[in-house]
Amino acid sequence: MNKKTFLSFPYLLWMVAFIVIPLFVIVYYGFTAMDGNFTIDNVKSILDPINLKSLWLSLELAFISTLICLILAYPLAMILKGMNMNNNSFIVLIFILPMWMNFLLRTLAWQTLLDRSGIINTALTALHLPTIDVINTPAAIVIGMVYNFLPFMVLPIYNVLIKIDNNTINAARDLGANNIQTFIKIIFPLSFPGVVSGITMVFVPAMTTFVISDLLGGSKILLIGNVIEQEFTVSNNWNVGSGLSLVLMIFILFSMALIAKYDKASEGTNLW
Amino acid sequence: MANDKLIDLVNIRKAYNNNVVLDDLNLYIKRNEFLTLLGPSGCGKTTTLRIIGGFENPDSGSVIFEGNNITKLPPNERQLNTVFQKYALFTHMTIAENIAFGLKIKKKSKSYIQDKIKYALKLVNLDCYENRTVDSLSGGQQQRIAIARAIVNEPKVLLLDEPLGALDLKLRQDMQYELIRLKNELGITFIYVTHDQEEALTMSDTIVVMNQGYIQQIGTPEDIYNEPKNAFVADFIGESNIIPSTMVEDKVVNILGTKFPCVDTGFGKNQPVDVVIRPEDIELVRPEDGIIKGQVTSLIFKGVHYEMGVMANGHEWLVHSTTLSPVGNEVGLKVDPYNIQIMNKPASEDEEAVIVNE
Amino acid sequence: MVKKISQRIYIFLLFLFLYAPILTLIVLSFNASKSRARWGGFTLEWYTELFNDEQIMTALTTTLIIAFLSALIATALGTFASIGINSMKRRWKSLFLNITNIPMLNADIVTGISLMLLFIGFRELFKIDFELGFTSVLISHITFNIPYVVLSVMPKLSQTDKSTYEAALDLGATPAFAFFKVILPDIFPGVITGFLLAFTMSLDDFVITHFTKGPGIDTLSTKIYTEVRKGIKPEMYALSTLLFVTVLVLLLIINSKSSKHQRA
Repeated sequence: MNKKTFLSFPYLLWMVAFIVIPLFVIVYYGFTAMDGNFTIDNVKSILDPINLKSLWLSLELAFISTLICLILAYPLAMILKGMNMNNNSFIVLIFILPMWMNFLLRTLAWQTLLDRSGIINTALTALHLPTIDVINTPAAIVIGMVYNFLPFMVLPIYNVLIKIDNNTINAARDLGANNIQTFIKIIFPLSFPGVVSGITMVFVPAMTTFVISDLLGGSKILLIGNVIEQEFTVSNNWNVGSGLSLVLMIFILFSMALIAKYDKASEGTNLW
Repeated sequence: MANDKLIDLVNIRKAYNNNVVLDDLNLYIKRNEFLTLLGPSGCGKTTTLRIIGGFENPDSGSVIFEGNNITKLPPNERQLNTVFQKYALFTHMTIAENIAFGLKIKKKSKSYIQDKIKYALKLVNLDCYENRTVDSLSGGQQQRIAIARAIVNEPKVLLLDEPLGALDLKLRQDMQYELIRLKNELGITFIYVTHDQEEALTMSDTIVVMNQGYIQQIGTPEDIYNEPKNAFVADFIGESNIIPSTMVEDKVVNILGTKFPCVDTGFGKNQPVDVVIRPEDIELVRPEDGIIKGQVTSLIFKGVHYEMGVMANGHEWLVHSTTLSPVGNEVGLKVDPYNIQIMNKPASEDEEAVIVNE
Repeated sequence: MVKKISQRIYIFLLFLFLYAPILTLIVLSFNASKSRARWGGFTLEWYTELFNDEQIMTALTTTLIIAFLSALIATALGTFASIGINSMKRRWKSLFLNITNIPMLNADIVTGISLMLLFIGFRELFKIDFELGFTSVLISHITFNIPYVVLSVMPKLSQTDKSTYEAALDLGATPAFAFFKVILPDIFPGVITGFLLAFTMSLDDFVITHFTKGPGIDTLSTKIYTEVRKGIKPEMYALSTLLFVTVLVLLLIINSKSSKHQRA
């Protein structure tokens, strides 16, 4: 055993206490009734039509947001790669900087922007264009999700793209591939681990959020996150809340497995 | 003669942010020759290769390929292929997929591609490696695959950008013979970039010595080695004694106060020149038999020969000799007239700067 | 040329999208009207009011203390952990790295709930007097911050030449001395990045704090959340603007200094 390994022991203890055990606590609550007896009713409550509807809507919105993020982020990452900035951290900073404006306030600002008489509609009217009416609709929630999670799609893709040797791209051109062929056969497959990281980094928080739907959905639209949050803070039914959380964790585990599969070589260092 | 020119580079100029890399470069490459661009890093050799490959556009000048101007043609439409410095293999593909890449783009039939893969792998001595991954190969093997991937496309010219740079010495020497064999078997033109003079001398038909964006000398390996045109070439190719001297008259040169017979003529009388004498061309003799006398100041055993420093006429001469003479010994130095290479003093400031730098 | 211009336009539009809400908030901080929907003229009132609002000031202090402490502890734990994990055998290494990534990849809501259940379960199980509050929030923040530190330090460690540490030992340094004089300087940029990321993440967190904070304590995030229904105090916009501008100015100074340094 290497001596340096001991340096990680405080953290390993921490990890077991505050990462591993808490997950088991959720499992415990999820599979017990209020009286402490084993039950699967909590997990089965996902099949309640209301909960099922929320889960489905969450998946739907998360899917749409992830897709939009990918479509917006990939070209951006390509352009940033092409700019050959030698100051890599600068690009990361531009995307981290908004986080210094509180997450809730940032999202609330979209209310002001998207409101029926909000900034965007005022601008559209001034330009004699038709106004948009999206506030308190799923569309507004999607905008909020894309806005909040776009950096988590751009950064992993950008980080993979800048690691691709320019000569690898040159080699494809040299062997007769045009720009489109080079992209489809070389650049995209090589950047795939970054795309997978990005997809999970956007999909998981989008699917599980309750704040964005709360602030931009006008509290009428319930996502699965809202349902769980209310089980804890309103109905005080921790067992059902935990049971539903376990259902969420299935999706999370799936995405973690996906990352692990495509990210073997870089050992999870793709994110920043 | 004109037909012999496969590629013609005319007045090529290239600068990156005011930093001139190539200045009015003119060079032609003959069909089926093994041409090497040789020079220190930053001399413009790789840029020249990249301009031929189409990865860089020259600021001015043109690239003529078989009589057609291809200066603006993108790399995928050029009839040449490149072997890149660090191989640039596609890590997400198998070896077979790597080799098939160019052929699939050209929409060749499956059986044709299969045959070509087999043929190419045999050619680079890596039969049955089809389904291996890139990561499982050693550097030398990756290098061979990079070559195989290029040559299956039957290019008229193969560009090689320091392909052996990342390999260790033994492997590098083996690959040199391999490359010569390949070139002979394929019968195509090789343009090879390296900073390693030994590689250049071993493999090339023609060597182009470059420095600071200028061509210093073009010639066969023998020409370059035996008759370097200037001090830079002499110094860059092999070890040598470069001594400022005076040409007294035709066939007589005054080196450090002693008159040496030589074979060169036409330099005029009492003209300052540079003299190049290869260390293996200096004969160690008894003091009284030498043209000049000196004292041995250093001695290192190099295997094939001894490397000695001999102080004579206030200059330390580098001598390679198979006979040993201990440090402190009085010796005589003798040089055959045809082994003294006379060069004009550098004319341009660039060349001057080079000598200072080296 | 056309390609370049369209690329520039694309970047501009995306950054407009990313920074439009921030501009909106900055404008709102100067809005005399308390309504977010209406412009009531320019005022600096909220900036002066801000410092008299005890609740906001308390929340700000709590937020900054938690962000600083959690980032500091996470950086220490995470840096040592990275060095330890880096020296492990491959299989263990990837196991621990995968567990480390859980809080980052896991949904915030699940992390928050699981920690809350842990704290309360702990209290019930051992019948001790432990209320959700400052400590539970701090522990939770440390937990979700560590992955960011490990993620920043790990790549620097793998770039570091192992033999430099051994060379230091060979030259007579004690392991501790060698660590501070050889390893730490090498990975320091990663450690700093990790700290700053952790600080930022802690500052920006709402969900996990929401579940682990208990009734007695508020950070800026949870304060804002309770205000959403009854209307956000404009002082909050002023405070956020101040925070944002401070960080922006600091970054610009650091950036210009480091780029000058690179040139020299």
